[in-house]
Amino acid sequence: MNEPDEPIVESPELVRPYVITNGRGLPEDGQFNLITLVTASDQPRPAHLDPEKHRVLDLCAGGMLSVAEIAGHMKLPIGIVKVVLSDLSSEGYLVVRPPVPRAQLADVSLLQEVLDGLHARFG
Amino acid sequence: MGSTPGSADAVYLDGGVKTAAKILVVGHFAVGKTTFIGTMSEIPPLRTEERMTQAGAQVDDLMGVRGKTTTTVAMDFGRITLSEKLVLYLFGTPGQERFVQVWEDMTKGALGALILVDPERLKESFAVIDLVEQYGLPYAISVNHFDDTAIRSDDELREALDLLPETPIVTCDARDQKSSADALIALVRYLQTRTARSMT
Ligand SMILES: Nc1nc2c(ncn2[C@@H]2O[C@H](COP(=O)(O)OP(=O)(O)OP(=O)(O)O)[C@@H](O)[C@H]2O)c(=O)[nH]1
Ligand SMILES: [Mg+2]
Repeated sequence: MNEPDEPIVESPELVRPYVITNGRGLPEDGQFNLITLVTASDQPRPAHLDPEKHRVLDLCAGGMLSVAEIAGHMKLPIGIVKVVLSDLSSEGYLVVRPPVPRAQLADVSLLQEVLDGLHARFG
Repeated sequence: MGSTPGSADAVYLDGGVKTAAKILVVGHFAVGKTTFIGTMSEIPPLRTEERMTQAGAQVDDLMGVRGKTTTTVAMDFGRITLSEKLVLYLFGTPGQERFVQVWEDMTKGALGALILVDPERLKESFAVIDLVEQYGLPYAISVNHFDDTAIRSDDELREALDLLPETPIVTCDARDQKSSADALIALVRYLQTRTARSMT
């Protein structure tokens, strides 16, 4: 990890996020991308959930947002938010819409939809 | 830090949205990235900050501050709902080669990049263009004219920036919504022609 020339990602406060993620490292490449869409599921929450998880679920209970928006509103680094979200997701508290698979990125119909949408909104 | 719940100012997506796409809006310092994203976004633009630590001392030249070993890299982003099913996110960050993590996150799954360029400061765009190419993202150039800047011909720009003949060059005022939308449209059209070509 501590190669002399490699930047290391750190969270804004040195200790807290480490606690939030229970000391685990940040996942290399998980289920969550910046634009993965997330909302809270109907599953009731237990009383003992971590405060950070509570806050994320409170935010997600209002509707669907991207991972980036959740990080922006929570004022937490993306890496930390991904850890919290993957925990919540594996515990069943979230409904997750994964981003467009790589193979479809250059998909003609997706690009056409983007173009049509831009024309419709901005003339 | 306070613990105000974020939900108070969150603007949620329509429930029917199924697909999210993203486009990067990049360029050198003060070229108009934040302005562009603010002009186009339907939500107040958001920002995330990642703090980077450099174990070595080489961060000095990057920051211009001796002895400083951490720095914050900010990413601005905004959102445009394009249909009941589709939302587009715009992400902006300066091209700082060392912030690999941020660039990997941003470029992964992106449709392409709009590179904002100030014609008076072309050299400052080299690093960003290199970086976008390095990550294999297709891009268009958006020339943001600041007041009283000389108008350069497309050929001149293409030559100076070492662009492919096919790379679109558009002029844009990031403060103007129609102009900014036209720049995005030019990029997406270009992405379409590339896709069509690769399928034949
Ligand atoms: N004339 C003109 N001014 C612009 C344009 N875009 C941005 N500006 C102005 O340029 C200044 C810098 O714009 P920003 O949007 O903050 O630039 P930025 O790329 O986000 O800057 P950094 O995040 O600091 O790298 C602001 O005062 C804008 O009003 C443009 O297209 N034309
Ligand atoms: Mg900015």
